[in-house]
Amino acid sequence: MNPRILPYVLILPVTVFLCMFFLYPFVLVAQQAFSTETGFSLDNFREVVDYWRFPISLQNTLLLAAAVVPFQVGLALLMATMVNRMKRGRDMILYIWTIPLGISDLAAGIIWLAIFDQSGFLNSMMNGLGVIDQPVNLLSYQNPGMVFLAIALAEIWRATAIMLVILVAGIGLIPKEYYEAAEVFGASPWKRFSRITLPLLRPSLQTALVLRVILAFEIFAVVAALGGTLFPVLMGETYAYQFDLRNGGAAAAMALIILAISIGFTLIILRALRVPKGASI
Amino acid sequence: MAEIQIKNVAKSFGAYQALNDINLTIADQEFMVLLGASGCGKSTLLRIIAGLETATSGEVWIGGRRIDHLSPKDRGIAMVFQNYAVFPHLTVFENIGFGLRMQKLPNDEVTRRVERVAGLMHIEMLLKRYSGELSGGQRQRVAVARALAMEPDVILMDEPLSNLDALLRMEMRAELKGVLAESKTTAIYVTHDQVEAMSMADRISVMHEGNIVQAASPIEVYRNPAAEFVASFIGNPPMNFLPANPQGGGKWSVAGQTWDGPATEKPLLQFAIRPEDMMQTEEGLTAIAKVVEPLGAHILVTCDVAGSQFRVILDSEMSVRPGQKLTLSPQPGRARWFDPETTLAVA
Repeated sequence: MNPRILPYVLILPVTVFLCMFFLYPFVLVAQQAFSTETGFSLDNFREVVDYWRFPISLQNTLLLAAAVVPFQVGLALLMATMVNRMKRGRDMILYIWTIPLGISDLAAGIIWLAIFDQSGFLNSMMNGLGVIDQPVNLLSYQNPGMVFLAIALAEIWRATAIMLVILVAGIGLIPKEYYEAAEVFGASPWKRFSRITLPLLRPSLQTALVLRVILAFEIFAVVAALGGTLFPVLMGETYAYQFDLRNGGAAAAMALIILAISIGFTLIILRALRVPKGASI
Repeated sequence: MAEIQIKNVAKSFGAYQALNDINLTIADQEFMVLLGASGCGKSTLLRIIAGLETATSGEVWIGGRRIDHLSPKDRGIAMVFQNYAVFPHLTVFENIGFGLRMQKLPNDEVTRRVERVAGLMHIEMLLKRYSGELSGGQRQRVAVARALAMEPDVILMDEPLSNLDALLRMEMRAELKGVLAESKTTAIYVTHDQVEAMSMADRISVMHEGNIVQAASPIEVYRNPAAEFVASFIGNPPMNFLPANPQGGGKWSVAGQTWDGPATEKPLLQFAIRPEDMMQTEEGLTAIAKVVEPLGAHILVTCDVAGSQFRVILDSEMSVRPGQKLTLSPQPGRARWFDPETTLAVA
């Protein structure tokens, strides 16, 4: 076969697959979002944005992302550095730390519900220690901070490992000689991290952050399990439009808004962590 | 003053003994080359001096101060790495100034020093570039400039030219030697390239299996190798060896010829001679030419002498054909003798 067309032939199946199951449905969703019975209109967007729950769910989603993602970056960096320093047992620790990756987000939410629930571990523990006399409902509308904390904790527990895996791979790509040179030229361990590791890790940080931020805006199951309707988020609202209110147009509009936010943040991250020409490893 | 003293330094990696009891003194401003094949321990010794590796035992002193317990930055050293280790995310300017920034020197001082060494290494026009935009030779210059900018007492170089092409290597060799002499630093230079060692060193330490076999000036190492290993390692091609049997009274029989040698009671010696130190004579060793390689000014003739391979370098005026019989004798004073038991030179 002509070697010039061979690559295109080889990627044809996956291209067809993506067009059929990704691009085509996406076009349908976009069509649904931008049309009502009367034809093209922005009514669906107007409707979802004007609804009273929209600002609060947007705010909750952004707050959660703002609280969880930076913490996860820090934690993943710390864990990746530790794993990288390990001589023995490195792989085992890495496997153990990545176990939560194998658990679905709903299951993760339920695990943390079992901790924070009125009859959960936390209550029985506090009761056993005599901190409280009787079980309290931690996840109620009277404790919005607690609900937020529980969701944030569950998210950190569940989704830090994905960043960890990417960062461990990224740190492994940095040649050892850079650290030796930095050490000889007087860089302390902290300076070696901040002046060598961090800047050279930019490509991996980019990937990890983009992935994690997109997932943070799509948060749904953990919130549904722990907060229910107490803590509205964008994806929850989308679900409600589609399945509770049977308003497909509004749900499609919400989906596009989430997509737009994700794309916006992706561009910001790519821009902020870009590597100048000629400056890659 | 930055005299370096290495006292009884040994290093083992598990059961593997990388260095055995190394003792070496390097004078202030001396250019010392550690020469040896890969795995001989030369890089390990350099890394111990740099503080990137810890010796199993022994002491390292620089300028009268014991430094083997100090971190690299407190040893007054700078280093040039084999793969340059020029930081890809920093400009050439910031690379050269990296160590100065770590010392928190004021901006104008950093600029002054970076510009000075950049001028010295002829890379002033590259200061704003990243290493990805530089050639191998330019990166090498940045690595050297970064070390010089520290104005160190001692500069350590780990095969700094081995990744450059032949022509560039020759050019950098001369330049590096000039720059280092001017900077008045003590230099330790690790290489496996004997031409580099010969042309740059004040003194060469020839290393073999974790030991320093000989530490002497290049000419001394070449003319008077202290051990068989040095004789067979230095020189291209290296020395020829032939067994010598005692005839009594300092006379030794080498491949049927009787020559004057050391007056010793040893039952057997190795006669050794450089290829260029043999000349054609009326009487002498009988050598059958096997291969003749013209080298320009000279010809390299690989011969057979009493069943052993024997190389001689003769003037290219002479016409030698394969199969031809030559009679050869050593030039006066050029023959060397080694004790096969200890492998050391016998005077």
